Amino acid sequence: MAYPDTYRYTKEHEWIDLSGSIGTVGITDYAQSTLGDIVFVDLPKVGDPVTANETFGSVESVKAVSDLFSPVSGTVTEVNEALTNAPDLVNEDAHTAWMIKVSLSDPAQYESLWTAAQYQAFIAEEV
Amino acid sequence: MTATPRTTLGKVRAHQTQNEGLIFEKSSPGKRAYKLPPLDVPDVDPAALLGGAYRPEPGQLPEVSEIEVIRHFTRLSTWNYAIDLGMYPLGSCTMKYNPRVNEFVSRIEGLAEAHPYRPESLAQGSLEIVELLQRCLIEITGMDAITLQPAAGAHGEFTGILLVRAYHQSRGNPRKKVLIPDSAHGTNPATAAICGYEVQNIKSNPEGGIDVAELERIVDEDTAALMLTNPSTIGVFESEIHRIADILHAKGALLYMDGANMNALVGKTRPGDFGVDVMHLNLHKTFSTPHGGGGPGSGPVACKAILEPFLPTPVLVRKPAPATTTPTTTTPGAPGPSHLGTGETTQLGWSFDRPQTVGRVRAFYGNYGMFIRALAYILANGPDGLRQTTEDAVLNANYIRAGLQDLYELPYKTASMHEVVFSDKRQAARGIKTGDIAKRLIDYGFHPYTVSFPMIVSGALMIEPTESESLEELDLFIAAMRSIAAEVESNPDLVKSAPHSTRVSRLDEVTAARKPILRWKPTA
Amino acid sequence: MRYLPKSDAERAQMLSATGALSIDELFAMIPAEYRITSDLDLPRQLGESEIIDYFKAAGAKNAVGLASFLGAGCYRHYRPVVIDSLVQRGEFLTSYTPYQAEITQGTLQAIFEFQTMICELTGMDVANASMYDGSTGAAEAIMMATRITGRSHSVVARSVHPEYREVMATYHQHQGLPTTTVDYNRETGQVDLAALDAAITPDTAAVLVQSPNFFGVLEDIPAIAAIAHAKGALLIVSIAEAVSLGLVRPPVEADIVSLEAQSFGVALSYGGPFCGVIATKDKYLRQMPGRLAGQTTDADGQRGFVLTLSTREQHIRREKATSNICTNQALVALMATIFLTVYGKEGVRELAHHNLAKAAYAASTLGTQPGAKLLFAGSPRFHEFVLQTTDSPIDLNNRLLTHNIVGGLDLSKWYPELGQSTLWCATELTTRDHIDTAARVLAGAPVEA
Repeated sequence: MAYPDTYRYTKEHEWIDLSGSIGTVGITDYAQSTLGDIVFVDLPKVGDPVTANETFGSVESVKAVSDLFSPVSGTVTEVNEALTNAPDLVNEDAHTAWMIKVSLSDPAQYESLWTAAQYQAFIAEEV
Repeated sequence: MTATPRTTLGKVRAHQTQNEGLIFEKSSPGKRAYKLPPLDVPDVDPAALLGGAYRPEPGQLPEVSEIEVIRHFTRLSTWNYAIDLGMYPLGSCTMKYNPRVNEFVSRIEGLAEAHPYRPESLAQGSLEIVELLQRCLIEITGMDAITLQPAAGAHGEFTGILLVRAYHQSRGNPRKKVLIPDSAHGTNPATAAICGYEVQNIKSNPEGGIDVAELERIVDEDTAALMLTNPSTIGVFESEIHRIADILHAKGALLYMDGANMNALVGKTRPGDFGVDVMHLNLHKTFSTPHGGGGPGSGPVACKAILEPFLPTPVLVRKPAPATTTPTTTTPGAPGPSHLGTGETTQLGWSFDRPQTVGRVRAFYGNYGMFIRALAYILANGPDGLRQTTEDAVLNANYIRAGLQDLYELPYKTASMHEVVFSDKRQAARGIKTGDIAKRLIDYGFHPYTVSFPMIVSGALMIEPTESESLEELDLFIAAMRSIAAEVESNPDLVKSAPHSTRVSRLDEVTAARKPILRWKPTA
Repeated sequence: MRYLPKSDAERAQMLSATGALSIDELFAMIPAEYRITSDLDLPRQLGESEIIDYFKAAGAKNAVGLASFLGAGCYRHYRPVVIDSLVQRGEFLTSYTPYQAEITQGTLQAIFEFQTMICELTGMDVANASMYDGSTGAAEAIMMATRITGRSHSVVARSVHPEYREVMATYHQHQGLPTTTVDYNRETGQVDLAALDAAITPDTAAVLVQSPNFFGVLEDIPAIAAIAHAKGALLIVSIAEAVSLGLVRPPVEADIVSLEAQSFGVALSYGGPFCGVIATKDKYLRQMPGRLAGQTTDADGQRGFVLTLSTREQHIRREKATSNICTNQALVALMATIFLTVYGKEGVRELAHHNLAKAAYAASTLGTQPGAKLLFAGSPRFHEFVLQTTDSPIDLNNRLLTHNIVGGLDLSKWYPELGQSTLWCATELTTRDHIDTAARVLAGAPVEA
């Protein structure tokens, strides 16, 4: 699956798409394929603070739990409720199945994240 | 019509099992499997007595007759694998023979019908069993004191770590962290967390044991204890165990031993002698009480004298016999406590006067029925039988190791005790994982080994045969594992799609977790 | 040793296959100074008949054949014979936790049926596969409520079984989960609602009450729920006498129910093994501890069952798990499932009815004897009641014992304010004759032989 050039990426396999001061966050296709069938996504509530490189939730497969790490700091403005009943959306298309939207407290954090090319080079090494 | 020829694989041949729906689906109004005697007291109007608390509608429980009860549960039972059918080599679980005399004696009326609050003078038989079992387990572990109250192994861990905490607290500071090797059971870190400790993981050394130099580096005055499974989950005895204990003790920390693998040690060595301060036992592993599809267990905690003041209440003591608790008249031949009043000046009883106790961990006194079974097992073995049991358990594991090590990768070459851990490295190269091999083993008539644990071994196959397997059964197991290794090469799809001989094929665990159906519902 | 299936010749053959020269070589990793070279100091190996004799003698030392009015969280009900014959089938008795679903469908389906029956009885949406017992289940229920609410305090009624309260205190003392205890109303024996309301703060995660409570009195669950919920706290209802659910309205307003299922076909066995279970609403499922069986299909579309939602558990989530529980009480839960199948929809109700009638007769008969007073007489009860007497409980019970009757439980240790009081229980196994005899002893009247 393509890694959109308009997104930025982290070594914890999250992507973020910035629009104004609002970042939309999800996990990468590489992450979903490593996790396998996702059965549950545990997300924060609107208004919760998130901190760059710290956990904001978790995704579960049948026999594993993986923490979700926020690429940026800020406040949760929206949560993708559709994932509650259909976590398989993440497996189907990880790059549209977003998890949270964050109002960034420090937009500079975004600039320091990896580009699609950098991320793809990183996962090429992991494999 | 072409008939499929009946085939034999290993020790297995297909046979019929009955289909059976849910019990609710067999229900029809008016059928019943019970009969109560007539009321010998005036009848009452429940709605009037209970008022607002009255339940107008009963729950949707099934309505069936007695033969249907028997058939339903008997049919279900035939869908289970069990020790009684064959080898059950689940590593870490010690699936040994569950002697039937244990079941028989646990049902003796005077024991099975004893109420926990009956006067102690009327429970001396029950208490003597507690006393003897405690004495035996203290001797076996080499410890000083014990509580039988915890209901299972994890509950024992909880109790043991509470003792550790209370001990440190009594010296002014409960301390902050518990060290846990990365090879440990998940219950260890979960336990430390619910006892209010931070968990610090320790990486295993290349032999799969504790890295002693690393341990020495990280143990400090904030360390409450190390939780150590010995032998470890890869079946290896920590030969530097006393050095480990010394490092901890030098900093005032304690050594907790997870006794899950005690079946490798009974009668050959004692944790109390090699520096352990507190440990739990699993009566449902080492001492043959049945696993029953997942419980009940029993998790006694044995400790050194320094921890004894903190044991949960109540503790068993001998006390002066009260003068007036025995009947003054009994009819000869009639049921009754006519044997009492024999002039004994002391009796067994419970002491609640324990100012430093961690408190109760369970109502009443623990899973008492398991105490009876464990004691029956110890009595059936005696000291010589227990030692021979341990030797046979270790011999069996090593025999399997010798029989399979040319075909399966042995990630740790250290000598095995009661279990041997292989990895699926060679089979994984052909796309076959430990879980696939496990499922294929079912077709050969065996319960799988423990899959993917311990986590320090990628693709682990954790095999614990226990002492209960004959040479013949072990040879069949080895032959099955060798045959599967060959199938991995010749017909990997056969292994990948196993099991082929069970009532159900591989079940969809993903849908079960995504859209949980956790109860039957009547169709509208 | 008769449990070991090997001859010495076979042992020698196997040893040689391992390459070891002696059995002790296999234990070489154990430093020599810690190896035991002589027999442990244990009783000698006994023959099977000797084992049976030993335990029969122990059983006989316990008084047998006594009538008993003891309850208090451990209830004597009739156990249909089929329970023991079914749970002793080796396929149930000697199997492990059903991790390998293809060869444990029997256990899994039985757990699924158990979960369903508990939901039907309690009015909850989901139930787990069992906890150790009612006391540890109550403690775990409070921990569950703290995870759900993000609050850390609990409020527990003093009318909850005192030993349950001790266990909860042990569990919560090191987790920063303080507990406030709320007293009961001296007239009704029910939790004092005004005091309850006052005790709940914005930090209160849950209110825990028991119903029927320790005195046998039914709590007003809708009223308690309204008070708890008004302040954002959850309501946990602990039920120690499961048979009550045959006739007592299920606590549907509760958020969590912690049930002790011992009454469903489980022997007293001096206090264990019993069978706890936690049930809750769908929305709290992910925070519930313990194993769960779920329905699914196999590759051929056949219905089957698996353990599910395991990511809550310690073997996956380790220190972040909902609980450290691993082994549960599966075989005891199976006993309860068989019991509920035998009695069924009508039987559980009829059974509860008999308990109610026996206890009503016992309470009115004993409570009207000279020197005896029935406490909390105006409150709805199930099958236990508190009797205050001019005699001391010790004297009274010693007198009863001479007539082969074990009287009520002395409450002075836990509830000194009730004076000379005892807690009595009557079940369907209590006979009118036992009750009438106890009444005559209580009155100091002559008892016919």
